[in-house]
Amino acid sequence: MLKVVVVGNGMVGHHYVEQLVASEIEAHITVIGGETRPAYDRVHLSEVFSGRTPEDLAMTTRDHYRELGVEAHFGDFVASIDRDNKIVTTESGKQYAYDKLVLATGSYPFVPPVKGNDLEPCLVYRTIDDLGMIQAQAKDRKIGVVVGGGLLGLECANAVKNLGLETHVVEFAPGLMGVQLDNGGSAMLRRKIEALGVQVHTSKATQVIEENSDGDTRLVMQFADGGSLATDMIVFSAGIRPYDQLARDCGLTVGERGGIEVDYHCKTSDSDIFAIGECALFGGRIFGLVAPGYRMAEAAVSQLGNDSVAFQGADMSTKLKLLGVDVGSIGDAHGKEEGSVAYTFSDERIDVYKRLIVSADGKKLLGAVLVGDCSDYDTLLQYFLNGIDLPADPQTLILPYNAGEAPALGAAALPATATICSCHNVSKGDIVSAMDAGFCSLAEVKAETAASTGCGGCTALLKNIVDDEMAARGLEVNTAMCEHFNFTRQEMFHVIKVESIKSFEELIEKHGTGRGCDICKPTAGSILASLWNDYVLEDKHVGLQDTNDTFLANMQKNGTYSVVPRIPGGEITPDKLIVLGQVAKKYQLYTKITGAQRVDLFGARVQHLPAIWEELIEAGFETGHAYGKALRTVKSCVGSTWCRYGVQDSVAMALYVENRYKGLRSPHKFKSAVSGCTRECAEAQSKDFGIIATENGWNLFVCGNGGMKPRHADLFATDLDDETLIKYIDRFLMFYVRTADRLQRTSVWMDNLEGGLEYLQKVVIEDSLGIGAELEDQMNNIVDTYQCEWKTTIENPEKLKRFRQFVNSEAEDREIIFVEERGQPRPATEEERQQILAKSA
Amino acid sequence: MSNTQQAIEPQTITLCGLSDLIPNSGICAEVDGQQIALFYLPSETPQVYAIGNWDPIGKAHVLSRGMVGDIGGKLVVASPLYKQHFDLLTGECLENDQVSVSAFSVSLVDDQVLLSL
Ligand code: SRM
Ligand SMILES: Cc1cc2nc3c(=O)[nH]c(=O)nc-3n(C[C@H](O)[C@H](O)[C@H](O)COP(=O)(O)OP(=O)(O)OC[C@H]3O[C@@H](n4cnc5c(N)ncnc54)[C@H](O)[C@@H]3O)c2cc1C
Ligand code: SF4
Ligand code: FES
Repeated sequence: MLKVVVVGNGMVGHHYVEQLVASEIEAHITVIGGETRPAYDRVHLSEVFSGRTPEDLAMTTRDHYRELGVEAHFGDFVASIDRDNKIVTTESGKQYAYDKLVLATGSYPFVPPVKGNDLEPCLVYRTIDDLGMIQAQAKDRKIGVVVGGGLLGLECANAVKNLGLETHVVEFAPGLMGVQLDNGGSAMLRRKIEALGVQVHTSKATQVIEENSDGDTRLVMQFADGGSLATDMIVFSAGIRPYDQLARDCGLTVGERGGIEVDYHCKTSDSDIFAIGECALFGGRIFGLVAPGYRMAEAAVSQLGNDSVAFQGADMSTKLKLLGVDVGSIGDAHGKEEGSVAYTFSDERIDVYKRLIVSADGKKLLGAVLVGDCSDYDTLLQYFLNGIDLPADPQTLILPYNAGEAPALGAAALPATATICSCHNVSKGDIVSAMDAGFCSLAEVKAETAASTGCGGCTALLKNIVDDEMAARGLEVNTAMCEHFNFTRQEMFHVIKVESIKSFEELIEKHGTGRGCDICKPTAGSILASLWNDYVLEDKHVGLQDTNDTFLANMQKNGTYSVVPRIPGGEITPDKLIVLGQVAKKYQLYTKITGAQRVDLFGARVQHLPAIWEELIEAGFETGHAYGKALRTVKSCVGSTWCRYGVQDSVAMALYVENRYKGLRSPHKFKSAVSGCTRECAEAQSKDFGIIATENGWNLFVCGNGGMKPRHADLFATDLDDETLIKYIDRFLMFYVRTADRLQRTSVWMDNLEGGLEYLQKVVIEDSLGIGAELEDQMNNIVDTYQCEWKTTIENPEKLKRFRQFVNSEAEDREIIFVEERGQPRPATEEERQQILAKSA
Repeated sequence: MSNTQQAIEPQTITLCGLSDLIPNSGICAEVDGQQIALFYLPSETPQVYAIGNWDPIGKAHVLSRGMVGDIGGKLVVASPLYKQHFDLLTGECLENDQVSVSAFSVSLVDDQVLLSL
């Protein structure tokens, strides 16, 4: 097999590996990364200072590479390349043979050759390790200086400022961000940054750095103009230099000012060696951004296959927030092109600066600078990239809106070839085809095309295009649940109710096409259950249930199930606890206290589920519906019975509420909690509905959410008595069940509800729609027809036949393998599983 | 299909009876240590389908416990783990053409499910 060795595991090297793995090309890939950790998102490095962890930034893991069959070594630099024998040798002496070698070594920060630049603490800013160092040195210190007023320098200044230091930026040139901004833009940026308390020193050449013998700072910088600056720490961020030493040493052609020369296939002067990313020099330029690096990686991969992609240079326009200031630069920001015309708008009251560079004939946009307000960036970039003809008065594009109608460039005006997401090279055409293929919502388009999953800069534009396309297709397309029904969930609910439809077959025959799928079937199943509350494993419903509902348990990664008995309010007797322990021991289940006050038993084989439940039901347990889109748990705190602050019996209320709503099927799962006083130990304000005791009764909160996108619940009504509380909850829940979309938690439902909280209060409290009594009746009906699905199942031999591993033997699935960890079983990893299976074979 | 073997005597074995099947859903049978997912769709022709039970993406023997339906006219089962769809006739994965499971030839004769090897 083709041996490909990739040197460097930065963003671009990693992208190369991903692209190669995804291609048709059969190759054994070896990655050698100099840093101790696998590739991470360098672009968002500074977010580590605002709370993201290095793990959040990780783009891959050692395990992931292993799963892909990629051999990866970290923390070892390649020291030399032997081109004759096609072998690379690392610093630790390891050797790897290659057929094709890819250099993705990136670049390192340039430290100006100033005397004293090696004193402590003189640092740089490029890797996660550098961040750690800066953080450590900033501790208990007052002043930090960043040398370099370019893009990276200012980003670094932001980080230093966030660490709480008095921050200075020292720049050699007369202005900030000289590469991307013209003088006017640069001056405006400086004003804004100084207003934030960062001190800017331009036209300053540092001559020497010395230890500070007196005073309370550690270092002092002496400038050529005689001035000086005392500081505790210096971070150099004065540009980058390509890591090209390896290439030089083995005789590859490198540029005069560094960088490994490549052609549009990203081949170096040796046709078996490629260079991509920030170490590569193409057309005399180094591309210091990640998107061009990705395009290079793709071009290099295609060289091993069908040679369909070439690298043709890349646009270097940028939009960013520096120290909270919006800055954008497009194309030729300095108006270098002969005959070009500039338009400038500046407003020092609100600190906004905008400049357009337009071709001599006034037709095309050549460049732009935006400081303080980047809202026009997307539109201008599209004019620039796609060569769209400018309006007759181009200045209207940057004038404030009240100066006249700004000819906004609608999404519809963009050609299909327009690049929307440059990180992932997604064009408008790609988005439209994804939508043609049925991926219509923003989330689906994102998942399908990867657009806006990189730097996020294209998010607004992407949404415009998706909205525009949706409108062009008429509403039906975007709300259809799937190919079988042209309904939203709400419409389906309505139809089932009004026509008293009792089965999926009847529904699809009357209103759908085809046979259904894993989207419409469970939705219909859930609605049928919300309305008629039949036993979910009834013959006519069984095919509608997701596997978890069919087996009344949650499938785990290895095909076994978890067992979650209901423990209402989290209250449990010692005897019941003992039974849980006994059952877990008998069936060798992993036991864990969940995040919602109950106990989960994991690793049950499908054929053991009925016996396990028989024993649990015998001991008085019921199903916990952990598998269903239904009520999960109602958490409680101990409340007034024990707690010295409690003002109501929160446990009793939680028990009542949990027992009332258990089994109710809904668009998504829902959760609740009851706290005995405002200290809120049960965290009720993070629940779909939460109840907090007051001196006079209960406060009701609605539409809270933990999980992926936490939402603080809204206070809905105060000081309710028990009866009113339950009445409101009945109405609230049934209204949600009726009107929410598929898999929409109450939080998202609320955020999309026209009229919001006030409207909901009107419907529930004032009964503005006159459906209050109906909603309550419906709920009472559900409550009265509740059955424990597990109890019904184990009493029904016909239903039990599903719970067999094999229809034609009593054997168990020998390929499900557990190993022991911390005294309990856990699923073997794929590697362990293979080993154990091989041994037993 | 692609790996047509040497012409050996076609052999059939009985997997189970019709009453063991669950309408519009799947079950699993074992033949020589191999797990086979069997689906029974009473209103389709043919009525029974058999593909490998191993989900190559989720890496577990679970396909028999997925939900059946049709996508773009093809009868499919959705993996219960990560929801990719597998064609019940060919074993192909609709989401990823690099991945497929084996498809077996089954028939319903006298209320018995027969597998041809
Ligand atoms: C077991 C448990 C983790 C634990 O060890 O503690 C757990 C486990 C799972 N959670 Fe959870 N969640 C558990 C408490 C929570 C909590 C905390 C809570 O309920 O107080 C939350 C945040 C609160 C919330 O929901 O607002 C939580 C937010 C989620 C989410 C994100 C929901 C959201 O709206 O963003 C999912 C994904 C989903 O439902 O789509 C999820 C999904 C899951 C699934 C079903 C994932 C899956 O499909 O396999 C896990 C399977 C459970 C199983 O096999 O039994 N789990 N999950 C907890 C079971 C609680 C219980 O007794 O029922
Ligand atoms: C703070 C910061 C903010 C940035 N913001 C943006 C932004 O907003 N937008 C944008 O587009 N770009 C941004 N960039 C630039 C972007 O991060 C780079 O363009 C991108 O990371 C380049 O990827 P690369 O893989 O070529 O190089 P790198 O990410 O530098 O990776 C190269 C890797 O190779 C390793 N290596 C070097 N030599 C060897 C050797 N001999 N053997 C083994 N390994 C070796 C290095 O240790 C390194 O891990 C930013 C950069 C920084 C530092
Ligand atoms: S919420 Fe109140 S009553 Fe409940 S435990 Fe906390 S302090 Fe006690
Ligand atoms: S442009 Fe970066 S995510 Fe789309």
